Amino acid sequence: MNLLRLSLNLLRRDWRAGEWRVLLLALVLAVGSLATVGLFADRVRQALQQQAQSLIGADLRITSTRPFSSDYRKQALARGLQVVQSRTFPSMVSHGEQVLLSELQAVEAGYPLRGKIEIDDGNLHEAQAIPASGTVWVDERLLRRLDTQMGDELGIGARRFKVAARIVKDIDQSIGFASFAPRVLMNESDLPATGLLQEGSRLSYRLMIAGEAKQVAALKVALQEKLSGNEKLEDVRDARPEIRTALDRAESFLGLAALTAAILAGAAMALAAQRFVLRHLDGCAVMRCLGAQQGQVLWLFLNQFIVLGVLAVVLGSLLGYGTQAILVQSIASMRDANLPQPGVLPLLQAAVSGFALLLGFAFLPLLQLRKVSPLRVLRRELGAPEASGWLVYGMATLVLAGLFLWHAGSLKLGLAVLGGLLAGLVLFGWLAWLLLHGLARNSYFMRSQWRHAFNNLSRHGRSAAVQVVALSLGGMALLVLTLVRGDLLQGWQSKLPPVTPNRFVVNIQPDQVDAIRDFFKQYSLPPPEMQPMVRGRLVEIDGRAVSGDDYPDSRARGLVEREFNLSYMSQIPTWNTLESGKWWAEDGKDELSVEEGIAKTLGIKLGDRLTYDVAGSRFTAKVTSLRKVEWDSMKVNFFVITTPELLQDFPSSYLSSFYLPPEKVRVGDELSREFPNLLLIDTGAVIAQVRGIMDQIAQTVSAVFLFTLLTGLAVLYAALLSTQDERSHEAAILRTLGADSRYLRRLHLSEFAVLGGLSGLFAAGGAVLLGWVLARFVLEMPATFDPLIWLVGIGGGIVIVMLSGWLATRKLIQRPPLRILAAD
Amino acid sequence: MQAAGLTKQVLSGDSPLTILNDVSFAVESGDSLAIVGASGSGKSTLLGLLAGLDVPSSGSVSLNGTDIFTLDEDGRARLRGELAGFVFQSFQLLPALNALENVMLPLELAGMSDARQRAEDSLQQVGLAARAHHLPKHLSGGEQQRVALARAFVTKPKILFADEPTGNLDAATGAQVIELMLELNRAQGTTLILVTHDDKLAARCKRQLRLAAGQVVE
Repeated sequence: MNLLRLSLNLLRRDWRAGEWRVLLLALVLAVGSLATVGLFADRVRQALQQQAQSLIGADLRITSTRPFSSDYRKQALARGLQVVQSRTFPSMVSHGEQVLLSELQAVEAGYPLRGKIEIDDGNLHEAQAIPASGTVWVDERLLRRLDTQMGDELGIGARRFKVAARIVKDIDQSIGFASFAPRVLMNESDLPATGLLQEGSRLSYRLMIAGEAKQVAALKVALQEKLSGNEKLEDVRDARPEIRTALDRAESFLGLAALTAAILAGAAMALAAQRFVLRHLDGCAVMRCLGAQQGQVLWLFLNQFIVLGVLAVVLGSLLGYGTQAILVQSIASMRDANLPQPGVLPLLQAAVSGFALLLGFAFLPLLQLRKVSPLRVLRRELGAPEASGWLVYGMATLVLAGLFLWHAGSLKLGLAVLGGLLAGLVLFGWLAWLLLHGLARNSYFMRSQWRHAFNNLSRHGRSAAVQVVALSLGGMALLVLTLVRGDLLQGWQSKLPPVTPNRFVVNIQPDQVDAIRDFFKQYSLPPPEMQPMVRGRLVEIDGRAVSGDDYPDSRARGLVEREFNLSYMSQIPTWNTLESGKWWAEDGKDELSVEEGIAKTLGIKLGDRLTYDVAGSRFTAKVTSLRKVEWDSMKVNFFVITTPELLQDFPSSYLSSFYLPPEKVRVGDELSREFPNLLLIDTGAVIAQVRGIMDQIAQTVSAVFLFTLLTGLAVLYAALLSTQDERSHEAAILRTLGADSRYLRRLHLSEFAVLGGLSGLFAAGGAVLLGWVLARFVLEMPATFDPLIWLVGIGGGIVIVMLSGWLATRKLIQRPPLRILAAD
Repeated sequence: MQAAGLTKQVLSGDSPLTILNDVSFAVESGDSLAIVGASGSGKSTLLGLLAGLDVPSSGSVSLNGTDIFTLDEDGRARLRGELAGFVFQSFQLLPALNALENVMLPLELAGMSDARQRAEDSLQQVGLAARAHHLPKHLSGGEQQRVALARAFVTKPKILFADEPTGNLDAATGAQVIELMLELNRAQGTTLILVTHDDKLAARCKRQLRLAAGQVVE
């Protein structure tokens, strides 16, 4: 009890003396930046989840071309889940003389289970029910193309329906190539009367399920076993791979940015802890002398650490929460989404990380205080007890490694960054030491204060090297986040340029290709690239028959059990990159190029021979290349491409994607009118969503950048502080020996200039390397750098370290030497 | 206290250097002993060994019948807390604690509940009650050493180790501190072991032990 009070007392006193400030500041910033990123990502994820749920109108959706077994509904109801079914089919809709192929969907009451349909029935509002019997809701495209208005009657099959509302914001759209035609939503009870339900109608059934997450997940597992080949199960996770890719990348990038702040904080804490140890050696020796046992000394500091850690975690969490809230408020799309509060998990993660940093970087160094020899009270020249270097550094490395793996999510990426970082640290330290010694040895031709400065730095080689490493680390993070960040974000956003295709066209017949080119020319739009598509099924790999049962993964099973799209071309699409193998020559024969993701899923390797069944006839060809496909490029992509001679004789259709500027949306309608067989899909909404995420991320990066900047400055401060006592003692002795303050000032400034220059050099080198790693592995884009980074790094390093060093040591020079020596 | 065959060797480069060579003596309870000698004669080393702050290369020290080097580091710390008080040349007050808190420190380490009261009494005895809440850096050298005396005597130690207690003080202040120390020593019947090179101070102790090059010369 007394010990606790004593430790609080010591903490209070030390606090007042400023001993803990750097440590606390660094920890608060680390926890704050991790919490900001964690909480923000959590809310972006929630926003996405909401959007994704409304995309499929449920938590789980099963689609099929045949009626479902009644067992599915029973199972779902037994788990207390809500179930709604709908039937969708293409049908002609007429208005006066005009007819239009539309997508009709008949829904049961309760539809949709997730999200709301926005309608305009005179008032713009979210629909609270489904269309009343005898009425339909239709979308803008239908109104436009049939020249209808609200209140008009439409003929559907044998019945007439009144248009009761216009669908403004639709949900439950097919993911993939189905929602091509204008939408008509009707009441399920009206369907029999239309007479459209006949043998051979192309009906698509959807069973939508929603409810408690655990039950939904359990049902999903149970149903997966029973699904037949033509039943497809989707949950929100399958929705929109483009958005997921963008978010995953963003999270990795943000996570790494936040971790950079955490590492910097670790460096600042280690420096602060080192200084704390040095300044408390005497006190600990006295306490040992007065009868304190090692355990008591340990407890004394442990108590202080726990108090400090709790305080820092609370402050850091508040800071993170506040920053995140400000961010959400400042981003319009997120503010309007009315997001639920973020979960506690990101805060817990940040708190645990904070304590880990405290343990790894500050507490273990302090453990050596426990071992201070009491003899130090008589013999001051006894230094600090040797800390077990391996234990201390090993622990710090372990903590960092753990944090990286935890936050980066990917083992490969985490290890790469961490490995690079540690190698960089060791290399920086070693180079700094080497350079300082080399310079000192060759400084005989320099002016006195430079010679003195170099000798000084080389004499304190280890601590000078530590300072250079810490400063380089801080500088590196700052450079990456200022110079490289702009390039990276710009590069990333340029992957989605303003003219990103926003329309997909499917089902172009070979004889329409030229006509479509002419059509685009007529509207002064660049003609789109069109790729042929042939549907085929993979039947053998290297002569072995493949079946769904070979793959435990349901995605892989789906891929081999269904037909999928093949294409043929002589050139690799410009938006694909070759990962391995070689693209075929102009006259290449019997060769295949496979997308690397699907190759992995299906266990296909370079050199394998694949056999496909296309319209009943088979062909076999060799895999000669693996491609990387940018799914978020919004362009037409294929898993498997063949040499032209393999597929060109099979019946095919063409696919295309193109950009339709907003002022020319009607061209889309014209295209559909002129080529009624085309399926035109609007992907503008998805692009807007991906762009939205990029914007949100860009703003978050700026906030995280601010944290990193502050931690970088904390490192600088801690690095300068760590040698201040020694510097002040030395200055006093030099003063006594007759050095004037001009000489001392020049000496210090020379030292700082050397430290700053070296740190800047290393920081620039590290920043270029780190930027390259980020570009290559996280954002997956080529890296380009401004050579200015070297100038800014070295120049900035010299100026900043000299300036802050001068501010920190200015007072030392002015203090009378006797007072300093007496205080020592 | 009994010291027998105390020897301390350290490695200087590759060759062993003997700092203390076969020192033996005994001090009766309540006695006072001055260890004198020139700089580098091994005085401080001897004091460190007697107080169990360091371990000898060979030899033993028994305190109250316990051979202190059979105890481990923590055991010796406990014994110091129970039996010994210290006064140092450089005062060794904790800069973060005020005068009162510095005096309370050994009592708190020993887990005593009336630490504050006893510390206040002790400060009263050295005439510093009014300065109880000042930090060491706001006290003069003499005042700091008086706080150190209060801290040394507050645990009512059986034995007091003093290392050049007047070394950092001017003659007049030093004399005051010495008077105070000897008076507290008499009042509490404490055994005093004092390292000094001040012959006048040494003369006021009952016995003197002169060291030269690590050996007892008289």
